[in-house]
Amino acid sequence: MSEMPEKPINTKVIRELLDSNNGARIRSWLSICAHCGLCAESCFFYLAKNKDPKLSPAYKVKATLGELYRRKGNVDRAFLEKCYNIIWGECTTCKRCSLYCPFGIDIATMIATVRGICHSQGIVPEGLARTSENYKNTGNQMGMSVEDFIDTCSWMAEETAEEIAGLDIPVDKPGARIMYTVNAREPMYYPQDMAMAAKIFTVAEESWTIPSTGWDCTNLAMFAGNRALAGQIVKNMYEKALELGVQYIAITECGHAYRSALFEGPYLAGYRDGKPPVPVIHSVRLFYEYLRDGRIKIDPEKMITEPVTYQDPCNVSRNGGLWAEGREIVKYLAKDFRDMTPKSVYNHCCGGGGGFIPMGAEFKKRRMESGKIKAEQIRATGAKIVIAPCHNCFDQIRDLGKEYDLGIKVVSFKELITEMMIIPEKFQPVEAKDEDDE
Amino acid sequence: MNNLYTFLSGPALWAAFIIFIGGLGLRVAFLFGLSLERDRVFYNHADAGWGFRSILHWLIPLGSVSLREQPFFAVAFYVFHVCLLAVPLFLLAHNILWREAFGISLPSMADSVSDILTIVFIIAALVLLLRRFMRPEVRILTSAWDYVLLLLSALPFVTGFLAYHQVGPYRVMMIAHILSAEVLLVVIPFSKLAHMVLFFFSRAFIGFEMGQRRGARTW
Repeated sequence: MSEMPEKPINTKVIRELLDSNNGARIRSWLSICAHCGLCAESCFFYLAKNKDPKLSPAYKVKATLGELYRRKGNVDRAFLEKCYNIIWGECTTCKRCSLYCPFGIDIATMIATVRGICHSQGIVPEGLARTSENYKNTGNQMGMSVEDFIDTCSWMAEETAEEIAGLDIPVDKPGARIMYTVNAREPMYYPQDMAMAAKIFTVAEESWTIPSTGWDCTNLAMFAGNRALAGQIVKNMYEKALELGVQYIAITECGHAYRSALFEGPYLAGYRDGKPPVPVIHSVRLFYEYLRDGRIKIDPEKMITEPVTYQDPCNVSRNGGLWAEGREIVKYLAKDFRDMTPKSVYNHCCGGGGGFIPMGAEFKKRRMESGKIKAEQIRATGAKIVIAPCHNCFDQIRDLGKEYDLGIKVVSFKELITEMMIIPEKFQPVEAKDEDDE
Repeated sequence: MNNLYTFLSGPALWAAFIIFIGGLGLRVAFLFGLSLERDRVFYNHADAGWGFRSILHWLIPLGSVSLREQPFFAVAFYVFHVCLLAVPLFLLAHNILWREAFGISLPSMADSVSDILTIVFIIAALVLLLRRFMRPEVRILTSAWDYVLLLLSALPFVTGFLAYHQVGPYRVMMIAHILSAEVLLVVIPFSKLAHMVLFFFSRAFIGFEMGQRRGARTW
């Protein structure tokens, strides 16, 4: 928890938040829950921790939001700290339980509401609070300056142009078809990820650009319960897209960024119709279209022969609707594909979602414990390679691989596609052509 | 005792039905009013097909993933609900009363069928009761009120069954039957039992949210 001075709890603010959220949905959900317990079996926290009944989704809501309404917001710090452990430490807002609830109660939305209440009292995981400062100051979670970002783009473009002729990373190009947004850790720690995207776009002859602002599509403020900031973050992105006049906002291989940009963002930013002002497309969909339309061709010689499985990121598959596209891409890349059980819409969260990965060391132990279900799912497939088109899934599964000795390698689609795609002659670098001629 | 019987089967019954229907109506109207401002998300993504399928799959036996994974509970749950609605609505004795009072009635089933369904219902209710305190994940959610409501749902069946078979003092049993049914009707709009109506809205919503917006099934 962030080490803030212990301000007294402001119950007036809590009451206001409870009241403003007390719409028809939350009233109905809280009052009709039949206490049937069916949701328990759907939750990986519950399954991973020996079916501890306190980890059933209904209990988590009852003990937090239910209790807040019952006490009309008159709660103390100790109560909110108990909530803190539940809403950040025992739920990734993966929304799987809603599928298993006879009434379709949206537990994740209620957990997010409690996150907002805890946030209003300064009770937020430190890892998330830190990113909020960065978002406020620089518009991205890593606190990267515009100059550094543009430098990284041009440096990556220069380096990569040695491999693919004509490669460019166009910044702020008006009228491009897609505006490609990234996870701030890409320019910061994994600039090769941006280079890979540039290679794919170049070979697919995509009309694309990277924005100089609003380029970080992550939205950890959404997970921190800071709705105002979360709304500002998506607005930065939407407004830049409108300014550049692009047709689509494209999202990197990141799950929660898609959830933010397409589903929650419009509401966070205060758009009454719930639609983003510019259509949003995820990399998984984009890459699938390139392969389907033959804009990218895979060298069959390079197809993976080792057993491969696919991690459905919650916010790409169940909450993004792209489980079929993900599997279609895998068909182009791998000869021995082994699906997990359960899969697609029903797949389990990896345990790294909902802000867990950036919440850092404080939550690592729980993350490894609750990841047991994912580790078992992967082990059962016998796969040696796990494809995870989400940064959080990627980190979590890599950690799980070590923790549970799974002997796996985690990869993104970008990485595989750039390794395996056929580079048409016009994109072959000049030196390479010369060598071929000799 | 005759006076009590006349009161319960006359004015009290009217009052119970009015509170039951009026209460549910008011509750839905209140939520509807609230939703116009606070739950735009319900209307923004409304889609009849996804809403309908989300509801339907939870109404048909084993139509949903949850119930397929817990078939024993699913059977008890399903039988409980079907009998709870079918027995009072299609019972011959009830329909005779309605015909006398209003001149209209529903089709009715043979008393032997009602008898069997009543016994099946009571068994299902017992299964749900046992599950409530045997399964830790259900017990932890359960309050005294949950037991009261389950008992209250079963009471009209038990008393009706005993009265029909003339077990125990008939008049007392009939009074208990009518009274418990009236209390149940009055409680429905103000308790979790309002799910008999609100289920359709909450299920439709998750159908819109996951289906219309994401193409994902919620069953």
